[in-house]
This record gives sequence, C-alpha cells and structure tokens, in this order.
Amino acid sequence: MIHPELTRRAGAVTPELMQGCEKQMRRMGRPFIGAAVLMGSVMALTACVSVSAPDKPIVIELNINIKHELIVELAQDAKKTIDEHGDIF
Amino acid sequence: MFALGNYSKRPTPKRLATAVAVLALVSATAASAQRDPAYAAARAAGEVGERMDGYLGAVGAAAPDVRKIISDINIKRKQVYFEQAEENHVTPDQYAFTAGCTAIDRTVPGEKYQAPDGSWATRTSAPPRKHPQCP
Repeated sequence: MIHPELTRRAGAVTPELMQGCEKQMRRMGRPFIGAAVLMGSVMALTACVSVSAPDKPIVIELNINIKHELIVELAQDAKKTIDEHGDIF
Repeated sequence: MFALGNYSKRPTPKRLATAVAVLALVSATAASAQRDPAYAAARAAGEVGERMDGYLGAVGAAAPDVRKIISDINIKRKQVYFEQAEENHVTPDQYAFTAGCTAIDRTVPGEKYQAPDGSWATRTSAPPRKHPQCP
C-alpha cells in the first residue's frame, strides 16, 4: 500500500509519456510480466551462447601462431649458439 | 703521431712474428670448439644420440665412459641453454627444444637421433623425422 503513494508523488516530475507507460503496464497484468521475464531470460541465455562460441576458436588459433613464430625466431639464435659451441654439439 | 705513421709501413720480421702468433692463437681457439675425439667416436658408433629435448642420450646400454661423456656435455649444454634462454626471454626448455631441432637436423648418416615417437632412429641421407613443432 506504500507503492501507489510513491508513484503518485513521483508523477509530479515524470513526463506524461512515462505516466502513460505505467498505465499500460498495469493493464497488461501479471501473466504478461511473467512471460516477459521468461522471454528475457531465454534471450539472455541465447545471447550468451552465441557470443562465447566464436570467441574460443579465435583465442586458440592466436596462441598457436605466437608459439610457432617464437620457435621460428628462436631457431636462428639456436643455430648461432650451436655454431659457437661446436665442442658440445 | 709519428709512431702511428711508422706503424703503417711494410711488415718487418718482428711484425710478421706477431701476426703468426696471433694466427696460432686463433686456430687454437677454433680447435677447442671441435668435438672431443671420444665424443665424436661415440656419435659415429651410434652409442650417443640427439634427443628431441636438445640433450644427448645414451642409445641402448652404453659403457660408463660413454655415459660420462653424455652427462658432461649435457651439463655444458644446459648452462648454454639457460644463458641463451634468459637473453631471449624464453624458458630454458623452449630454447633447448629449438636447439634440439637443429641438432637433429645436423646429424650425419649413421648417427642416432630421437624420432617424434620417442624411439632411436638412425640418420640416413634422407631428412630426419622431426617433432611437428620444429620449425
């Protein structure tokens, strides 16, 4: 019973558009709100899955590239080191 | 100034002797950078093989003297790998592995190397079988 009092007080500064929306929401009633919440959660779930799916392969590919480049770069240095230490290679 | 001008004149016997001494020193350093005869013989006999990880391994039941050669060289290699890894900002294992790829590449026919499946392989005139991560 505190709610309507608060809404009315806020109404003084809320634009008419918001007031209209409030009226519409009341008309829609509880079942619709329940359905909206359900739809919202389903949408959120689908959005989550579709975002993470393309994300993972990209990260893995990047790691392989960095590692390969590192070894290619190191190989030049390793060859030089082996040449310089001919007694132990 | 005067001394500098004098120095650029034709080679005197004294200067030639110095050059010969320097050459002898350089060749002595080069000689020390070659394989010890015992190590070279063990490699040629297939008693010592190049492992995938950049170190030497004993092929089969190696004699104690061969095992000593292997461990001595592996200690020296490890030191070199650690120094170079620090310089290149990689782990010693990563550096050793990369050096191992090259060491296996440079084996000559008849020498042993570790194949990607972990077994000892004998190098032929064909390219060696290397780990897929080798460059």
